[in-house]
Amino acid sequence: MFGWEFPPHISGGLGTACLGITRGLLENHVEVLFVVPKAFGDEDTRNMRLISASATVLHETVREFTTVNEFLTEKFTCYGANAYLIPYLNEEQFEHFTTEFAIEKRKEREEHTERPIYTQFDFSGKYGRDLMDEVWKYSIIASQIAKDNEFDVIHAHDWLSFPAGVMAKRISGKPLVAHVHATEFDRSGEHVNQNIYDIERSGMENADKIIAVSEFTKQILVNRYSIDPDKIEVVHNGVEYSSSPKQNESEVNETFPEKIITYLGRVTFQKGPEYFVEAAAKVLEKDKNFRFVMAGSGDMLTRMIRRVAQLRISSHFHFTGFLKGPEVEKMFAMSSVYVMPSVSEPFGISPLEAVKSDVPVIISNQSGVKEVLKHAMKVDFWDINAMANAIFALAKFESLAEHFARESKKEMEELKWIYQTKKIKSIYEELVTK
Amino acid sequence: MKNICFYFQVHQPFRLRNYHFFDIGKRHDYFDPIKNEEILRKVAKNCYFPTNALMLDLIKKHGDQFKISYSISGTALDQFEMYLPELIDSFRALADTGCVEFLAETYSHSLSALRSKDEFISQISAHSARIEQLFGQKPKIFRNTELIYSDYIGEVVASLGFRGMLTEGADRILNWKSPNYVYYHPNNPKLRLLLKNYKLSDDVAFRFSDKNWTEWPLTCEKYVGWLNALDGNEETINLFMDYETFGEHQWPDTGIFEFMRALPEQVLATGNYRFVTPSENIKMLNPVAPLSMESPVSWADQERDLSAWLGNDLQDDAFDNLYKLSSKIKSCCDEELERDWLYLQTSDHFYYMCTKYFADGDIHKYFSPFNNPYDAFINYMNVLTDFTLRVNKAIEKKNAEFRAVTNRNLVTENEKIVVPKLHIMGSMK
Repeated sequence: MFGWEFPPHISGGLGTACLGITRGLLENHVEVLFVVPKAFGDEDTRNMRLISASATVLHETVREFTTVNEFLTEKFTCYGANAYLIPYLNEEQFEHFTTEFAIEKRKEREEHTERPIYTQFDFSGKYGRDLMDEVWKYSIIASQIAKDNEFDVIHAHDWLSFPAGVMAKRISGKPLVAHVHATEFDRSGEHVNQNIYDIERSGMENADKIIAVSEFTKQILVNRYSIDPDKIEVVHNGVEYSSSPKQNESEVNETFPEKIITYLGRVTFQKGPEYFVEAAAKVLEKDKNFRFVMAGSGDMLTRMIRRVAQLRISSHFHFTGFLKGPEVEKMFAMSSVYVMPSVSEPFGISPLEAVKSDVPVIISNQSGVKEVLKHAMKVDFWDINAMANAIFALAKFESLAEHFARESKKEMEELKWIYQTKKIKSIYEELVTK
Repeated sequence: MKNICFYFQVHQPFRLRNYHFFDIGKRHDYFDPIKNEEILRKVAKNCYFPTNALMLDLIKKHGDQFKISYSISGTALDQFEMYLPELIDSFRALADTGCVEFLAETYSHSLSALRSKDEFISQISAHSARIEQLFGQKPKIFRNTELIYSDYIGEVVASLGFRGMLTEGADRILNWKSPNYVYYHPNNPKLRLLLKNYKLSDDVAFRFSDKNWTEWPLTCEKYVGWLNALDGNEETINLFMDYETFGEHQWPDTGIFEFMRALPEQVLATGNYRFVTPSENIKMLNPVAPLSMESPVSWADQERDLSAWLGNDLQDDAFDNLYKLSSKIKSCCDEELERDWLYLQTSDHFYYMCTKYFADGDIHKYFSPFNNPYDAFINYMNVLTDFTLRVNKAIEKKNAEFRAVTNRNLVTENEKIVVPKLHIMGSMK
């Protein structure tokens, strides 16, 4: 299995999903060999093998770069391209990279990018300046790993590891499953990075089976990447759910007499933060007994702050910046309603986190998670009137809110990785017996 | 014979601590004692102490021929008292010479003049009382925050009995008029206006150490030469500047202290000038004309208007939310709330939210403890949210107490009332 990150070293949902899939497969008696660009040594690797590409040495035979290069060039038209990929910076990195200090550092690094011929690569495993470069190097190392190990199926997660998966398939002749957690359209809207699109598309074309995290994503693969729908299976994400005891009482909202409505996530175009702001203004226009919180950071944040001030609602609209683990729980504990107005969300795990904390959720129709959460308010991301209505109803009518919170929690309990990976296992079995 | 009128602004704001959304309702200590003390000590060491010593030397040396004036904000005085009481003594020593005039301003160096007349007046009287208590003189001249002035503000100030007011004298504001005369308020001729000679003031305050300036280095000879070159009929040269010009904005190695030490002697040696305080200036000179300023002006940035503090959405929304509370504060009768209310009004908080990046943005950045105006805004709004919750709670408590008392009264009255019984049924028979 080729991934890009593995907990605890994660920047988004991909790593968490990979851990869930691995654990679920192990429970279903599937052996897992998980490859990451860089292992840090503190990962929880019970019953599995975690291979660090950084620690893999290329042998003479594979180091004939010409053949590798030829193959990659043939399969991926954009092989070797390098680009600085903004959507791949997480919130903290984004803040960091936009400081002058970071610009200086980047310049320094750019000046030292000339590297000699290697037998080994040192991966950052992050989403930085050299991302594209690392993707290609990762695929070169993958060929060595495919040589050195025994396995029946190759499973690659998202475009970052698609070239690695394709390379491993070429070396081993084993079937390839391409797992799509997000597409370039989800990340960048209509302004897609053509190189990434090409990698996604050829990765899927070269795969024997594709797993999409939702019907929503499947439709994008069919419509935007011209992939045969029969080649795509939908397996929704699971969620780690243990009925943890409720937050202690001091954490719930005693500070404000008003209901708290929360947006929690990156403040970027595809998450639809501006629709949340506009809906907030609509609600506050009618009733001041609400407070809205935008928790997160991102390239749209300053625009959101300006808009909130312009709407003259900043006395009832708060910004927390990026929140870490326990702070997220605290935020949920304070919230009456959680809103995810995503413009394009392949799955969307955070509403489930909210449900876990007994917070009723409003999600956009343009999300994968709406396929599994029947008991949630659903609106089109652009329909701020409907969103304002839903916020008002969930916050004001307690029986409704309780009903949603209770029922959606039940739905979530069925979304265990052990069940979801059973589906993945049968996909493997089908491929192997073919 | 021309008058030279020196005026120095001394101000320190109570800077806010980093105050997160999660702090709302949990903690009410908004100001950063460590940062504020650190900055005060630094500025005192670089500027206040050495410059006070220099001014005292100059006054001693020239007898009553050298005079200056200060306005020290109430927030600065509070910080002196909290962190460096010796500073108060140092200014008192200057006051005791009789050659130093202390001006009135709003207590917290606020923008209250633009929003709340009541608040404006109450802050002025609090400040005047403080100055009188510390320095033994009742201020007669008013200097509003950052020289912000308009006809309306002048009118309020005149009604309080002040004889004069200081403001900016940039070309754009004065049109053809020269700042080197005394003017008066169009409706209140008793209120005299002293205008900053912005060129000669800024030559010292801003350009002194600028090596790209064609006049660099500025010597006393050159400066006196410029004074001599002024129109012979003009009557006063008002040199208004931030006190931190000495030692803080212009570092000691620029020669600013040597310049100031030598200047009075060279000026006096010409026999053409005398140093005066603002009060003496308006007593001595007849005003030449009324001067009207319909919209507010200030000495800040290139625009010389309010755009350093107000005008963008962040500033305006924060400002509106702040002054929405002004009527509520008075009815709370809570000392802690009143103190925080004062400190939250300090204009610097709004200055940090300024988004005019080009040219003036650098200066804003230099003075701001925040990375950017957005952080400044969020932090301020978090604090203001907590403050608002406290004010509302205090009012609720007062109302509850009031209701309890009136209910008790009602009950006792009810007991006395004998309700007449109606025999409706009987009458129907």
